[in-house]
Amino acid sequence: MTLEISQAFVDAILEQSRVEYPDECCGVILGPASSGKALRHKPMLNAAHSPTFYEFDPKDLLALYREADDNDEEIVVIYHSHTETEAYPSRTDIAYAGEPGAHYVLVSTRKEIAPATEFRSFRIVDGVVTEEPVTISG
Amino acid sequence: MSIEVRIPTILRPYTKDQKSVEAEGATLSAVITDLDANYAGLGERLLENGALRRFINVYVNDEDVRFLGGLDAQLKDGDSITILPAVAGG
Repeated sequence: MTLEISQAFVDAILEQSRVEYPDECCGVILGPASSGKALRHKPMLNAAHSPTFYEFDPKDLLALYREADDNDEEIVVIYHSHTETEAYPSRTDIAYAGEPGAHYVLVSTRKEIAPATEFRSFRIVDGVVTEEPVTISG
Repeated sequence: MSIEVRIPTILRPYTKDQKSVEAEGATLSAVITDLDANYAGLGERLLENGALRRFINVYVNDEDVRFLGGLDAQLKDGDSITILPAVAGG
């Protein structure tokens, strides 16, 4: 399944990854329930403040799900950055992936490819990673 | 003692796709035992070696159970439990 996402969100996520470097950055994009449309970007705090780990603060996590429920939204995209490795799910990403319906987006700001960046999307279901195409719209 | 338990998408295969189920128990531990009796396998997704899994968040009403005594958290009729897998990775 293709991820369709606006250029503005791609730019915002890459910018966030640069601002929060050397820590990993993270966040979500929400959309109307059952629509699969990535329409509302919400950067999240990386409570781990780490270059090798990210975690939403448990309080923020509950608030996020409450807010999505109240707005009749779903979490369409869960993203985070890798600062020194490629934009591919790590073993811990796979182990903790808890939203089988979400697009897991990874970006990379590793130096070897600078100034280029990577922006890739995956499904992670029952420990199986499947990369999916990304279509970026104006 | 009836407690509403909200089930995250990833655990709904255990609850026949129900988003929320009712459970009985005066503590979180008792509720998890009751859940596992009715929805076999759910307990193991929440516990590891008798403790709450590190990357499963459980809330009573709006409070993280880690601040309420964890598995010993006391519950009262009408409380609502929300289970959410952590959003985390490396």
